[in-house]
Amino acid sequence: MTSPLRLCVRRADRAHEAGMAVEVALRIPSDVTLIEEAVELVARHCFAGWDAPQRVRFRLRVALSEALANAILYGNGEDPSRSVEVRAECLPDVLHLHITDDGPGFDPATIRDPVTPEDLDRACGRGLFLIRNLMDHVRYNEFGNSLCMTLRRH
Amino acid sequence: MGFTASKHTSGVLMVQVEGQLIVGNRQELKNTVQEALEHGERKFLVDFTRTGYIDSSGLGALVSISKKVREQGGELRLAGLNEDLRSLFELTKLDTLFAITDTPDQALVAF
Repeated sequence: MTSPLRLCVRRADRAHEAGMAVEVALRIPSDVTLIEEAVELVARHCFAGWDAPQRVRFRLRVALSEALANAILYGNGEDPSRSVEVRAECLPDVLHLHITDDGPGFDPATIRDPVTPEDLDRACGRGLFLIRNLMDHVRYNEFGNSLCMTLRRH
Repeated sequence: MGFTASKHTSGVLMVQVEGQLIVGNRQELKNTVQEALEHGERKFLVDFTRTGYIDSSGLGALVSISKKVREQGGELRLAGLNEDLRSLFELTKLDTLFAITDTPDQALVAF
């Protein structure tokens, strides 16, 4: 069966070309059952030829899975006519992951950290909190529909 | 990838999470536990020994399951979390909500 994921990978001939070793672009339909495959595809290319620490591998997978779930569920509202775009820039020192959905965006400042005792019994609301804590830097665009996550390689 | 449920001789229903516990498959875990509750099971052990990663939806599913099990007078324990997985529970303070042991064997004797 053909995967509905559309992948494009560009490898620089020399790692120092424009400071970039690998750029990965992936377009994902708004279907949460595709997230695991998408995460593995991006991770495989980001970590190719690099013995990345387990901590870095884990954090990338969790944060990317989280960001894709937010984009598909809340950004695109699981609308099959909308998709999510992932662009990963794998630089010598850091990984930049851009996740953009087709939705209207939101204000991330309105999302508070769910760590009060009253929050413990809540079944949702921890996604952005995890992303903020697992990544080294997190930034949204002005519309709130595109997230840039940065993870240091070491 | 998925969930394997088996009944231990001690009467505990052991559910192994193989692969990931994320938004795409969390409902399957919730259904497994819900059906077991309806069949009278009250002691649950979720084993993460063979788990890669968990996202917030997976954590949320565990919170929901825990609540349902408590409401039925049952008991839920988690085991087999590696250092990375455990860090997710610590970050979200969910380590204070769940009974977590290092190994499934330790959890079984704690019921």
